[in-house]
Amino acid sequence: MELVRSHVLVCGGTGCSSSHSEQIIEEFEAQIKKNGLDSEVKVVKTGCFGLCALGPVVIVYPEGSFYSMVQTEDVAEIVEQHLLKGRIVKRLLYKETIEEDNIKSLNEVDFYKKQKRVALRNCGVIDPENIDEYIAYDGYKALGKVLTEMTPEQVVETVKASGLRGRGGGGFPTGIKWAFAAAQPEGQKYVLCNADEGDPGAFMDRSILEGDPHSLIEAMAIAGYAIGANQGYVYVRAEYPIAVHRLQVAINQAKEYGLLGDNIFESGFSFDLELRLGAGAFVCGEETALMTSIEGHRGEPRPRPPFPAVKGLWGVPTILNNVETYANIPVIFLNGVEEFTSIGTEKSKGTKVFALGGKINNTGLVEVPMGTTLREVVYEIGGGIPNGKSFKAAQTGGPSGGCIPASLIDTPIDYDSLIAIGSMMGSGGLIVMDEDTCMVDIAKFFLEFTVDESCGKCVPCRIGTRRLLEILERITSGKGTLEDIDQLEELCLSVKSSALCGLGQTAPNPILSTLKYFRDEYVEHVVDKKCRAGVCKALLSYKIVADKCKGCSLCARNCPVNAITGEIKNPYTIDQDKCIKCGVCMNNCKFGAIVKE
Amino acid sequence: MSAKNVPAFNGTKEQEAKLMEIINKHKGTNGALIPVLHEAQEVYGYLPIEVQTMIAEGLDVSLAEVYGVVTFYAQFSLYPKGQYRIAVCLGTACYVKGSGDILDKIKERLGIEVGECTPDGKFSIDATRCIGACGLAPVLTVNDEVYGRLTVDDVDGILDKYMN
Repeated sequence: MELVRSHVLVCGGTGCSSSHSEQIIEEFEAQIKKNGLDSEVKVVKTGCFGLCALGPVVIVYPEGSFYSMVQTEDVAEIVEQHLLKGRIVKRLLYKETIEEDNIKSLNEVDFYKKQKRVALRNCGVIDPENIDEYIAYDGYKALGKVLTEMTPEQVVETVKASGLRGRGGGGFPTGIKWAFAAAQPEGQKYVLCNADEGDPGAFMDRSILEGDPHSLIEAMAIAGYAIGANQGYVYVRAEYPIAVHRLQVAINQAKEYGLLGDNIFESGFSFDLELRLGAGAFVCGEETALMTSIEGHRGEPRPRPPFPAVKGLWGVPTILNNVETYANIPVIFLNGVEEFTSIGTEKSKGTKVFALGGKINNTGLVEVPMGTTLREVVYEIGGGIPNGKSFKAAQTGGPSGGCIPASLIDTPIDYDSLIAIGSMMGSGGLIVMDEDTCMVDIAKFFLEFTVDESCGKCVPCRIGTRRLLEILERITSGKGTLEDIDQLEELCLSVKSSALCGLGQTAPNPILSTLKYFRDEYVEHVVDKKCRAGVCKALLSYKIVADKCKGCSLCARNCPVNAITGEIKNPYTIDQDKCIKCGVCMNNCKFGAIVKE
Repeated sequence: MSAKNVPAFNGTKEQEAKLMEIINKHKGTNGALIPVLHEAQEVYGYLPIEVQTMIAEGLDVSLAEVYGVVTFYAQFSLYPKGQYRIAVCLGTACYVKGSGDILDKIKERLGIEVGECTPDGKFSIDATRCIGACGLAPVLTVNDEVYGRLTVDDVDGILDKYMN
């Protein structure tokens, strides 16, 4: 590789691309050329740095200057000042990196300090479309070691010993899954990757696909060797065009280098990889449904057993792991089991990537050791809740998970602790909610999702979730009764115990966990007909505070239904029967005299 | 979801030739139907019953099978989309940050529902699942252009850009 004195790393992940990082790269290249620096400075389009809230993000090495929210107009200044004259452009630096007169390195910033990047190790570091950069960071070294020094049995044993558990949902031990498939008689077997990341609010798999696609290819080849499969498929969401493109580029490069194909590393082992595009069905994240979809049918799940390790894709032994799980595999072989198991808790080894979103200051991707508490993630890494609001709950596990209330904020995040409090790890979406979020409305939101995504094959899910949603709609529109709450709970439990697949069995979780921790809010909706967060429109009423009202008549003149009456210079009143709760009066009042409750 | 004003199918000979090429490329491989549908939708923009019939005949599967798959997956559309396809993200992060209100405002301004297309064929609205730009929540896209960190007040300005 050519040697240059400076590298400009520009994030090309979906978050930053959406805020026009492509144009920033073009502008950097133009400005660098204009200043005659093209032989000294290299611009690299990387994967995601994680701090999506600050995008577009640019890092200049060797200084490690972290520029945030860079606009195309700023590029000329960075090139002329920083790259040409060596003067860091302070006004564009991420403010957390500036401390008095010192500029801190990224690793000292709160957002990164507590993180440990294993699965995301190369994201934001290398150019994902250049296999040489991956190889320079020890890429394909683990595959070489596995193929030339280890037997398939040793590979399976190593993964077992690492304690790695599936990062996509249930947390099943990866090594045991591999052992089942390896134990099947020789013949056609398949290795699959679930890159159909469907949980709303989770985007770590996309980040790895976009930022480090070769680590996935390497891991799948290792898995193929371990179980005796020569063919793999990556089932990836069509909604992730950048990821699909980079993965295809990476597969082509790996084939060109002989790292996929026949007789890899002269070991006699052959392995090929193909992409299959998902078509927008959440249920296809369930393993048997995913396989049915690759086979070209409606993605409906089928009963287990037989498990896919025995009878999977096209009826032959198949293993399926998700992207983040695979991203951990090369590290286990490179650094050894001991180092991997030194991170995390007793039953949850290693790290987990979370997509922080919702009402939190630092939205983005974070990777922390298992066992880190929710408080550390929300307050130390996430920077707390914006606008001085207070933390109400965090939702983990997407539509299959639950809400963790403020009283349990010191819970360590690992598979078993989360299940014990009625949530689950899921794929790692972590949505923070503040006092303005209504918990009944959130439960309704997730049920709308599952009703929409239920494939319709089994009755408990197809009909049960719809009935659950109807009860929630009654409650949020002020027509619920206390019996409704009891019925809701009972129906949740029967859907949970009788649905065919994971989607149906976990669909009631958002209701059950909010009922468990926020039952008083449900009761309030039913008995007092009130929504304390002010979200459920049917339960809101706008009122004029007589003491504050100056009688200016502005609200009355703006009310579209003439529901407000009064005399000039005297307090006005709202006729609740006429009011349509549009909120125009409140937005127009200059004295803050109108409140909604 | 039903759409209003579905125009009559008017595929061209060139499109049909492309479709046959796609069918022949995949014919005989396992699980060919879904890749063929993806590529066919790129050619026609949507998958009307006429296109589904050609695919069924070409791949030698029943039309019921094709229709079953098309209607199962959200990516496949039976109706044409507008010249400007507006997609509002209703993923959890965007929802918590108020994307529902943004969707309401767009529906009100254009006078159409989710899944529908304006009578002049200019705009269509979709409510999408998480597009993974949670750091910019709430987010909407118009074709490939992404608009993030939105408030309801931004909606008019965005739509105005595409009105003429």
